[in-house]
Amino acid sequence: MFNETVLKEINEIRAKYPDRRSALLPSLYIAQREFGWLSHEAMQFVARTLNLPEAEVRGTASFYAMFKHKPVGRNLIQLCTNVSCMILGSEGLLDFLNKRYGVEPDGTSGDGRFSLVIMECIGACGTAPAMLVNTDFHDNLTEQRIEEILEKYK
Amino acid sequence: MEKILLKNIDNPNSADINEYIKVGGYGSLSKALNMQPKEILEEVKKSGLRGRGGAGFPTGMKWSFAIADPNFPKYLLCNADEGEPGTFKDRPILEKNPHLLIEGMAISGYVLGSEFGYVYLRGEYPYAKDVLNKAIKQAHEKNYLGDNILGKGIRFHLAVYQGAGAYICGEETALIESIEGRKGQPRNKPPFPVNAGAWGLPTIVNNVETLSNLPYIVEAGGEAYSKTGNKDCSGPKLFCVSGCVNKPGVFELPMGTSLRDIIYKHAGGIKDGKKLKAVIPGGISTPVLPADSIDCAMDFVSMPKAGSMLGSGAVIVMDESVCMVRVTHRALKFFEHESCGKCVPCREGTEWLRKILERIENGKGREGDVELLSDVAGNISGKTFCPLGDGAAGVVMGMLKHFRNEFEEHVKNGNCKFQI
Repeated sequence: MFNETVLKEINEIRAKYPDRRSALLPSLYIAQREFGWLSHEAMQFVARTLNLPEAEVRGTASFYAMFKHKPVGRNLIQLCTNVSCMILGSEGLLDFLNKRYGVEPDGTSGDGRFSLVIMECIGACGTAPAMLVNTDFHDNLTEQRIEEILEKYK
Repeated sequence: MEKILLKNIDNPNSADINEYIKVGGYGSLSKALNMQPKEILEEVKKSGLRGRGGAGFPTGMKWSFAIADPNFPKYLLCNADEGEPGTFKDRPILEKNPHLLIEGMAISGYVLGSEFGYVYLRGEYPYAKDVLNKAIKQAHEKNYLGDNILGKGIRFHLAVYQGAGAYICGEETALIESIEGRKGQPRNKPPFPVNAGAWGLPTIVNNVETLSNLPYIVEAGGEAYSKTGNKDCSGPKLFCVSGCVNKPGVFELPMGTSLRDIIYKHAGGIKDGKKLKAVIPGGISTPVLPADSIDCAMDFVSMPKAGSMLGSGAVIVMDESVCMVRVTHRALKFFEHESCGKCVPCREGTEWLRKILERIENGKGREGDVELLSDVAGNISGKTFCPLGDGAAGVVMGMLKHFRNEFEEHVKNGNCKFQI
């Protein structure tokens, strides 16, 4: 189950909304932060903490793309390939990530260092191609720049 | 033109409350609290402000519906789920000018009789979340938010709600479902959110950019505001330009600026000396325009006459090397992924369109596929629960209207002559 600090954090979030269910998305984020991904057990914790049916917690969690339902690597690369990024070459960068780091969309590199997901626009179209690594924005990407950037993520 | 929305953002500390106050920030809130809410509502109506999220609904009118509803509490939700591909106009406000939004929301809360506001922020903007949370804390400390704002006995609290990667949550009723802790699936309307929105109570959902106009409207008055832009669509507008241009970025220009000027005067024209081929003028859900159709005023009234829509003002520019089949295929992958699954024409139709486009793109197009695309799109359009389906169908129909030959050649030859 969640520890006391996390339970307190969730209770503080609950107090901001007229209904406890509103704390569901924030609590799923917290569970993901605590466990790295949303295992069946993690979602059970959320359901019990908020007194919501487990099926609804799982249904809601699976609707949103940013909740992870399998373990991810130590660093999560979120590369945009939507139109503005695509016409400036982001699909080529996907191939590069695969060749250089052995990571494919929705997969994790063999050494567990990187996971990769394709994003549907991260609002960095003016500096495309762009990606988020964990919670950091990186843009104007080229193969060389990606190498330099990823150096910092071990 | 005097900058209203992007004022002061070149200051590296623009997100700090003291820097905001130095340039007159929170002066409008102070002024507003010395006015009657209905006086401010009149100014908003006079200003001609229309919602900047894409639909362009008159803000003053939307507000009067919620004010007329006798139920309390009322909620003010800021739609910061900027997910329309090509759109990055709200990001500079959220990251660099958060107090403008907070001041706008505090004023709006006062006018609407709402004591609780939430910013529904997309999950893909983690930096903006930190900036906003810090700014809200600062505004509380300085008494611009809280239980007794500026000692006037006015109450307004604000919190950030983080979305989790679902484009559909930009649709206002889906946003409400999401903030209630559910899957973001649109609701049937009526009842409209102004009467029965979040937690069943009167709720106003306004875009970041819309709310950020409020401080200026209070400061200068509705009439002064309405002098920017044109008669039916007033005020400044944020245009975000991406793709094959020399100077992509966010530009604050009068509503109704011509698409040609946006591309050539402000965004520096087409990169690498290439020729313009096509423009998606308002985010990926708006129909494409060919190069010879860009002499149109970018506003809510003129763009439909030009065959597209203003949308979010997200201008995606494509040069002569870009293949329209590939762009359409990528767009439909997006719509298929983001369809919430609630209604059949959208759920099945977007997948079907994507599959047809995929085989055409991969050189396996069949005879009759172009007609089939048109037929499927026609059977989505106007038949879906929310505008997501219309957007998907509109993209395909717009592309076929202007670039049908590219699709036909792809089917016939299995490939195309374009580099991208």
